[in-house]
Amino acid sequence: MNLNIDFSFYNWDLISNFVLKGLTFSVLLTIVATLGGVFFGTLLALMRLSGKKWLVVPATIYVNGMRSIPLVMVILWFFLLVPLIIGRPIGAESSAVITFVAFEAAYFSEIMRAGIQSIPRGQVFAGQALGMTYGQNMKLVILPQAFRNMLPVLLTQTIILFQDTSLVYAIGAYDMLKGFEVAGKNFGRPIEAYLAAAVLYFVMCYALSWSVKRLHKKIAIIR
Amino acid sequence: MSWEWQVFCQDTITQEVGASCFGKNGDVTYLDWMLSAWGWTVSVSLLSLLIALVVGAVIGTLRTLEGRPWTVRLGNAWVEFFRNIPLLVHIFLWYHVIPAMFPAMKSLPGFVLVVFALGFFTSARIAEQVRSGIQSLPRGQRYAGMALGFTTFQYYRYVLLPMAFRIIIPPLTSETMNVFKNSSVAFAVSVAELTMFAMQAQEETARGVEVYLAVTGLYVVSAFAINRVMAFIEKRSRVPGLIAAGGGGH
Repeated sequence: MNLNIDFSFYNWDLISNFVLKGLTFSVLLTIVATLGGVFFGTLLALMRLSGKKWLVVPATIYVNGMRSIPLVMVILWFFLLVPLIIGRPIGAESSAVITFVAFEAAYFSEIMRAGIQSIPRGQVFAGQALGMTYGQNMKLVILPQAFRNMLPVLLTQTIILFQDTSLVYAIGAYDMLKGFEVAGKNFGRPIEAYLAAAVLYFVMCYALSWSVKRLHKKIAIIR
Repeated sequence: MSWEWQVFCQDTITQEVGASCFGKNGDVTYLDWMLSAWGWTVSVSLLSLLIALVVGAVIGTLRTLEGRPWTVRLGNAWVEFFRNIPLLVHIFLWYHVIPAMFPAMKSLPGFVLVVFALGFFTSARIAEQVRSGIQSLPRGQRYAGMALGFTTFQYYRYVLLPMAFRIIIPPLTSETMNVFKNSSVAFAVSVAELTMFAMQAQEETARGVEVYLAVTGLYVVSAFAINRVMAFIEKRSRVPGLIAAGGGGH
């Protein structure tokens, strides 16, 4: 075993110059993709549960299509297609944001669909009996309960999403992993850079999943 | 825009469209290249799956042993380690860090290192499924095994595992499909698989849409094929009397 590892070059300057920029992008991408993904995912889930064929079929094709393609290919597809459609080149970062919202919408829609289906039918009928429209019923009765039931799963998916943001490597966007890689290359210490990246990812994701577990217990008691 | 599917009949060096879409006399067309890339994707995925199944089954079983807190903790640590670090970082760790620490591994090709990275990464997910499969069995099954005088190995081998493995086939099916999807991450360390082909062929030919469509199609075909194989295994191994064994459904 040949351990020649030197972390001494990691000072605050290096971290703020290289890593923080990438970390900010990774976190922002995660937040935007979660919010956008939940929004469009809920719409997709409502389409699939609407019972109207012209809504069910496209939503099903979209969700199953996205879920059967590797994320890296989806990232490449959007990077290729979005400039063709809007007629001008866009940066890797903007492309990544669009890709992740579109991709995660498919995964979040499956979670929301399970959440909506877990609500007893009586709740729907109760809303209808009170004279609520479909929109009111969803907004005031069904979706708040579905979100609450699904919160731990949604957050777990967000942790997976945070890890998946590292795949923007494929189009060269500057995320947290890229930040470490550039720092490692500039200082001729790639090994330490990858190790540090692994540790930081682990600490962040482990802390998050631990909090989700705590939250899950809290919610379970109230219910 | 117009389609230009002849791009696959082009020679990869001269960029000329040949008479046959397969290269002759050592020439390579993009079609040849794509098929060989598909071969790499399938090999990486199947070998990783093999490692993942073996390691995952062992770790998952160890995590359910009773009266052995340290074995359980070790198994849990394995799972947490792989679940909280992105796959791409694992691949970099195997490709860049481990050969630097163990010089003996420097001679290994990138393909082998990626197979280990993806295999161990997936093993953690399979271990989680094996554990939940074993723990979903009624406790009485374990005690019944003990009451018959079985050793720990015997009641796992003859009582718990045969049931647990059948129960977890549906989640295992989606995990095997995930392995095929995750193998695309191997592009990052220059394994000549489908995603790598897609990126390079797109750059060389500027016919990105055709190239990506073909590659995406091959990924979907691979995932669908492994899905059918798992469905066949599920059908052959179903336990009479469980809901899953009830007529029809699928």
